[in-house]
Amino acid sequence: MVRQQVMVLYLKSSALDTGVVAWAFYDGSGETSPMSGDQGEPPYKTGVHALRDGWRLIQASPLVPQETGAENRTSYLKYEFFFEKLVECN
Amino acid sequence: MALLSSVDMATFAARGFLRFDAIVPEEINQQFLADIGHRPENEITSPESHYARVMATSTIPVIAAGSQLKGAYPVGGAVERILALPEIAGMIRSLVGSSPVLDHHFLHITFPPEFYKGNAPVAQHTHQDSTIDTRSAFDIQLLYFPHEVTADMGGTRFIPGSHLRVVSEASIGRYQNIVGQQNVVCPAGTILVLHMGIWHGGGANVSDGLRYMFKIRLGPTERQTRLWNVSDLPDNHFDQRPIFWTGEERAPDDIHTILTEPEPWFEFDTARLEYINRIRFWRYLLGDDSFDADYWLTRIENDY
Repeated sequence: MVRQQVMVLYLKSSALDTGVVAWAFYDGSGETSPMSGDQGEPPYKTGVHALRDGWRLIQASPLVPQETGAENRTSYLKYEFFFEKLVECN
Repeated sequence: MALLSSVDMATFAARGFLRFDAIVPEEINQQFLADIGHRPENEITSPESHYARVMATSTIPVIAAGSQLKGAYPVGGAVERILALPEIAGMIRSLVGSSPVLDHHFLHITFPPEFYKGNAPVAQHTHQDSTIDTRSAFDIQLLYFPHEVTADMGGTRFIPGSHLRVVSEASIGRYQNIVGQQNVVCPAGTILVLHMGIWHGGGANVSDGLRYMFKIRLGPTERQTRLWNVSDLPDNHFDQRPIFWTGEERAPDDIHTILTEPEPWFEFDTARLEYINRIRFWRYLLGDDSFDADYWLTRIENDY
């Protein structure tokens, strides 16, 4: 059967060829159980490196104008990219 | 009492934490562990029974939120003695003043795999404590580690420089790993002090032993302006320095440099917003809105 693996990369900017600053994995195959704080180094140098390794980009965060009156406020990580891989498993 | 220096305060303003390794003498660590009733793991039957015994027998008091810190803990008890250590008393005074209130405290006990009945322990999701908080004033959280914390014990994970980001508590749970995150590995008697906004989470304990961490959240009752030892603020602190075309290496302990040093996880554009937020925070701490570092605020305030 086929199951989905999801990887979320947060990049330095909206450009896919900029560096990874944060990441997450979710594994629908059940083969691995990633959790918070379990890795010290990013899985890929940039988003493009993930594409080259077979990950399919399925969503990217839009560019949203800063809210009036809160232009300098920082909040969530801005440049979020969802990738998937479909894997065969038993 | 040993008040913080200006470099310490600027580091706290920029990164949101300070760490005091092995600051608590071992004799007080042992007093704390004895008071909470720590015992060999094979004598503990379940997390629930251990927590119940600690609650029933320790001298850690049940205290109403907003109580004065002064007098909150039994005199001669381990916590009272820790808070009286010159470096810790000075740190508290420097950050939240002379009459802080106790928001809450809690003894976090993280149990090893044998207590999970076949299920592997899981790390806590990254989160920001409490709820959305946009004050200039700030609370601090003291994290006390009464025994050595090894890497496999899952010491608190935190993200330096995340404290000024306004997010809603557990909403950031998706951020499993962030470049530059730190996992507490420390000798016995270490205290970590965090700005209330720091993103953090407890790690999974995959060692053989229990991990204890006692947390105290304190709030100010006064404006947090110039409460530290400001005698080391340099005479040229309010002067601007050359930017971009600088000509020489900048001293890493210069306060302007500390406030404009990016964390490795900052996005390109938000790094500059973080500098602006740090400078505004430093203005609040100085009580002086004329301060700027590397022209970040002066430029956008130059309006007619």
